Amino acid sequence: MPTRILQVWNAEAVEAELVPEVGLEDFQQVVADVIAAGGRASAFYGRQGDGDEVVLTAVLADDAQGRLGVLSTRVRESYPSLTPECPALQLFEREVYEQFGLRPEGHPWLKPVRFEPPLVPGVDPFGRRSNPKTIPGAYPFFRVEGEEVHEVAVGPVHAGIIEPGHFRFQCHGEHVFFLEIVLGYQHRGVEPMLAGGPDRRTVALLESVAGDTVVGHGLAHANAVEALAGCQIPARAAVLRGVALELERRANHVGDLGMLAGDVGFLPTASYCGALRADFLNALAEICGNRFGRGLVVPGGVRFDLDGAAARRLADKVQKAWESVQAASRLFFDSPSARNRTDGTGVVSREACRQLGLVGPAARACGVSRDVRRDHATGVFRFIHVPTVTGESGDVFARAWVRLLESERSADFVVRELRSLPAGKVRVPCGPPAPGRFVISLMEGWRGEVAHAVHTDGNGRFARYKVTDPSFHNWMGLALALRGEEISDFPLCNKSFNLSYCGHDL
Amino acid sequence: MIDDLVKILRFRSRLGRQTVAYPEGPARFPERFRGRPALDPGKCRNGCRDCADACPTEAIVDPGLPTMRLDTGRCLFCPACEQACPEGAIRFTRDYRLSARTREELLVSGDVPVLARALEERTRKLLGRALRLRQVSAAGCNGCEAELNASGNIQFDLSRFGVQFVASPRHADGIVVTGPVSENMRLATIKTWEAIPAPRLVIAVGACALSGGIFRDSPVQSNGMPGLPEIPVDLFVPGCPPHPITFMDGVLRLLGRIEGSELRLAGTEVVEPALSRD
Repeated sequence: MPTRILQVWNAEAVEAELVPEVGLEDFQQVVADVIAAGGRASAFYGRQGDGDEVVLTAVLADDAQGRLGVLSTRVRESYPSLTPECPALQLFEREVYEQFGLRPEGHPWLKPVRFEPPLVPGVDPFGRRSNPKTIPGAYPFFRVEGEEVHEVAVGPVHAGIIEPGHFRFQCHGEHVFFLEIVLGYQHRGVEPMLAGGPDRRTVALLESVAGDTVVGHGLAHANAVEALAGCQIPARAAVLRGVALELERRANHVGDLGMLAGDVGFLPTASYCGALRADFLNALAEICGNRFGRGLVVPGGVRFDLDGAAARRLADKVQKAWESVQAASRLFFDSPSARNRTDGTGVVSREACRQLGLVGPAARACGVSRDVRRDHATGVFRFIHVPTVTGESGDVFARAWVRLLESERSADFVVRELRSLPAGKVRVPCGPPAPGRFVISLMEGWRGEVAHAVHTDGNGRFARYKVTDPSFHNWMGLALALRGEEISDFPLCNKSFNLSYCGHDL
Repeated sequence: MIDDLVKILRFRSRLGRQTVAYPEGPARFPERFRGRPALDPGKCRNGCRDCADACPTEAIVDPGLPTMRLDTGRCLFCPACEQACPEGAIRFTRDYRLSARTREELLVSGDVPVLARALEERTRKLLGRALRLRQVSAAGCNGCEAELNASGNIQFDLSRFGVQFVASPRHADGIVVTGPVSENMRLATIKTWEAIPAPRLVIAVGACALSGGIFRDSPVQSNGMPGLPEIPVDLFVPGCPPHPITFMDGVLRLLGRIEGSELRLAGTEVVEPALSRD
């Protein structure tokens, strides 16, 4: 990486002054060069500078070297958009525009991200304040015109028990030319609520960024705060955290395999994976009392311990549940009629995956091997490797298959670690964050990379807490997967990604 | 083809019956499950408010006083207050019954069960044996949504009681709202409710829908259903998220399908109650 950039490890706190502030041209050159060389933008966000200045910060990941690079620049009003060169930045640039009014000139499609009020008073990039009735969906959609071309609108309220989002299809019969996804319905204002923390709300707030990624976001937060406070957690806590993270991954993967089977009408797997998912949720509840792992992870360690015999009983239970999952999912993958629906459906090419900067199983299904647990390891993953699984075909099948194999690796990890927990305490006191620091904390949640970038002010309070959920990277992947598909395959494609609305909308 | 069918049937018989024994039999919960909080202010030291200072949602009213109450409509059922209390004056019981017909009944004191009252007879006659519900996620974090989905799976199987989630408000007898109701979902929530023919039930599920939960007082949401006074709520189901059995208990009591106050609980005998304290 070039020298205009500060190299850091994942969850390593540095003095904020060390983050280089370069000219706009240099900033953009470095970002474009790193992405062209195979790097990724893990985070790219604004924060208020002096007067009407906005400080842009980019966190770039070099997965092969396991390093992260940070740099920033100061901009007023506008800057030339990098999106035409680096499509992966399209949503980041739109977000900065929506939050700070910093206009990316030449952005090919500058539209709202989550219809949120700007973070800077007096700035009104999309005219939301002057028109308080502006809601997501009241908005000029991309349209395809021609004889027999029609439009299908779905959402925000969906047919099932699903988070709200709006999907607009441009179709010819069953054939989908184009899918546009409008989000923002779930916007709850997480980032402004985090500012000025940590306080007694902070942990619960981050656990609620995405309620199915409680442990993923909880760990990214705990790692960030521990780094800022200089706190070293005990080994037993690190292992229990890893166990919780992998239980969360498996619960979600197994549940989604069931949902995928349901979407193609293959009921045996749909019924049983739905029920077996509960065994992994219940395993989390055995540890901490909550099926989603709420209340477990705190800065300094974990709130609950297991004694050796209980941990072994839990391991046996998890092992048994896993064997049933294998049998239930084998029925699905062995069934020609089910495979006929998944194979070759909703393909995302490896090239598109790289350009969009997809993360997690969605990227690995395209053959792009990215995994924070391996590339930017923290905690227990520095000592114990969970093998990374990749697919090739980038279709619904690959995403399902990768998730099954990943669950298998997680199962091995959980059972082995529960049977050999290291001795010691599970929690140590964690002091307040140090003033004037910066930390980037990445964690491989079940959907992919969770990124928390934190700046502390002169008093050690959060001056800016930027959360990037993996769904933020991946929604465009779903839109792309639908092009040229049949509209009836939308539920199947959607579930194979199963992205978070609230994680995106914050 | 026949081979595949035999394989599926064999698998089916190996797994056996998956549906929980509840409500005929006991509800099975892990030892560490946190249900209704029980308060014993007699144990409080004078002026102590450690519990309230630890609570992320200001759910504790009059901490340390004989009038101490806990608002389960705000409570996230996190262990913060229980672990902060030096005297054991707050503990979470495993009583999963939490739902109530009014917001006020959610302020619990002492160790008294909360049992949702049934609907009046006419509505119960109309809806008691077949209730179709439309779900609106209004900025929920997908935790409540996941548990509502689970209530329909083969384990909890809410459809045993004629209760099902449907795809259209026109087919529904009621609405289930989750989330603090973001500004961006306010209109869609009201429109969905309006589209349901009367008589219609409204069930608010989870701390966010009851009070805004952890997002309370964020300017871009409504502090849950109490922030939409035009939509009257018939049943409040606390939790973050509520366990599927908590949701079932509330709905079945509302319909008069469960009565009485007998609590039948079973353990899982995997892990003992929590020992870890700060």
